[in-house]
Amino acid sequence: MLGYILRRLVGAVLVMLAVATLVFFMIRLVPGDPIAAMLADAGSQEAREAMTRRLGLDQPVIVQFFYWFGNMLQGDLGASIYGSNQPVMKILMEALPKTLSLALISFLIAITIAIPAGIIAATRKNSAADVGVSLFAFLGLSMPDFWLAIILIIVFAANLQWLPAIGYAPLADGFWPWLSHLILPGIAIGTGFSAIIARMIRSSMLEVMQADYMRTAASKGLTQRVVLMRHAFPNALIPVITVIGIAFALLISGAVVVENVFSIKGLGRVLIQGIQNRDYPVVQGAVLLISAFFVLTNLVVDLLYAVIDPRIRYS
Amino acid sequence: MSDVTLDPAPPVDAPQVKRKNRFKSVFARDRKAQFGLVILAIFILGALLAPFLAPYDPNEMTLNMMSSPSGDNLLGTDDLGRDLFSRILWGTQISLFVGVATVTLALVFGVLLGVLAGYYGGWIDMVIMRYIDLQWAFPNFIIAVYLVAVFGTGLLNVIVAIALAFLDDFARIARSMVLTLKEEQYIDAARVQGFSDLRIMLRHILPNAMAPIIVQATVSVSYAILGEASLSFLGLGVRADTPTWGLILSDGRSFISRAWWLGVFPGLAIMLVVLSINFIGDALRDALDVRETDI
Repeated sequence: MLGYILRRLVGAVLVMLAVATLVFFMIRLVPGDPIAAMLADAGSQEAREAMTRRLGLDQPVIVQFFYWFGNMLQGDLGASIYGSNQPVMKILMEALPKTLSLALISFLIAITIAIPAGIIAATRKNSAADVGVSLFAFLGLSMPDFWLAIILIIVFAANLQWLPAIGYAPLADGFWPWLSHLILPGIAIGTGFSAIIARMIRSSMLEVMQADYMRTAASKGLTQRVVLMRHAFPNALIPVITVIGIAFALLISGAVVVENVFSIKGLGRVLIQGIQNRDYPVVQGAVLLISAFFVLTNLVVDLLYAVIDPRIRYS
Repeated sequence: MSDVTLDPAPPVDAPQVKRKNRFKSVFARDRKAQFGLVILAIFILGALLAPFLAPYDPNEMTLNMMSSPSGDNLLGTDDLGRDLFSRILWGTQISLFVGVATVTLALVFGVLLGVLAGYYGGWIDMVIMRYIDLQWAFPNFIIAVYLVAVFGTGLLNVIVAIALAFLDDFARIARSMVLTLKEEQYIDAARVQGFSDLRIMLRHILPNAMAPIIVQATVSVSYAILGEASLSFLGLGVRADTPTWGLILSDGRSFISRAWWLGVFPGLAIMLVVLSINFIGDALRDALDVRETDI
């Protein structure tokens, strides 16, 4: 087990180093002169040279790379080249709690819908309820999250005025202000995600319900409820764990778009604003952070799976 | 040519007959798939006939601003007095084109990489798989966003960006199919007869590996359409003067409290097309007998 963990850890670190290298050199492919683009027409020759020096762009690319890489390992991702020139790390750390809160609420909303839906669909296979869940899953997968976000704003914010239409409130302002700002974006992101999980739970439950131990449990005289919840459901969850990595990709991609609809200044909004402002250090940092989270999630999922199912470690 | 007659026929003939019947019976039974085929056909026709069907020029601004759906303007007009129906109709062209072009690119290059990796193994496999692992470290949508950020917006860049983001999915499936098929006796038979690698890959391996690739391609078209709409919505899509569904929604977003139709109809178009493709994809999965785990 220890060997497996070590192998996977080293693998993840190598992937992250490669990701950082790739992200750095990709930005260097930006067509045209970034300095000219940043200073637009206003930049004089001196301003241009000063900026080039400040950003270290007068050095050879390979020197720039090692310089940047060394700083990155110490948690320094450079400074924004737009507006107040804040450190990129500071911008990202201010954005992170918002995106994490949003991801958490989206996740909770998704499983609250998906678990009952998946179980009902599996236990009443081919019933009206099953068909209903299947249709819901198709709709959830086919609806653009930003469109659902707009519809939710029209209905629940503009017309009914139950929930705020835009913005974010930190948890420090109180639980309800925090939560109320996250419910609509959470539903927008969580719906598509719940569709995937509900389908997984359904097919996994159907498989588990064929198992011998289910018949044993039933013949012991356990009630159907106990058989389903104690024996079938926990075992059905095992394969579902594998899609958590994919789910995270969905959550973060959803956040990138939906944060922009609700004006929540999380990682997604920072990323898109960075692109609009041609603020490359910020774009670079945001992409790095998102991918680091993604790699970490996949690593945790793999390790979790190896703990639950020992066969994985040896393959 | 003698080698043509000696060509060990891969066992496609029998399954092909069975497959055709299975196709018919699956699509005859599956209401969702029929619904999908009809809706998709309507959208394809709409896209092809947009120049004739659109009642107005999609970019023509009029003083008839933000008028609600009526006989003159079926789906209403936007803040610049442009006819929403005509804009959505023209937008169909872009969405469907991006969906198909993206997946074609991703499929051709992804399958090529996957087949090469699986067939030759060794260092070729290692290099290709390391690249795929690297791509695996990013969510697909983030790859597309980053590529557009670096190379700029525009139709071609959007297509290439989304195609690259999907490349690894096709490569992975093709590789695993090749690894399984490589062990089959008819491949050995072909090799013993001295057929070239290219011929074995194209004529013996690829046809038998197509089922999961077709299913993946169908599903990917729907993801590509959603991806393009998301990029356009974020202002990272095709140019600002081209009416795409994502852009129409993004433009209309500020006015939704006064003009609900600007928020509802473009999204409805996206959802109907994506839903239809997903319905068809699901029926194809049944018809081609592809398990969810193969993808």
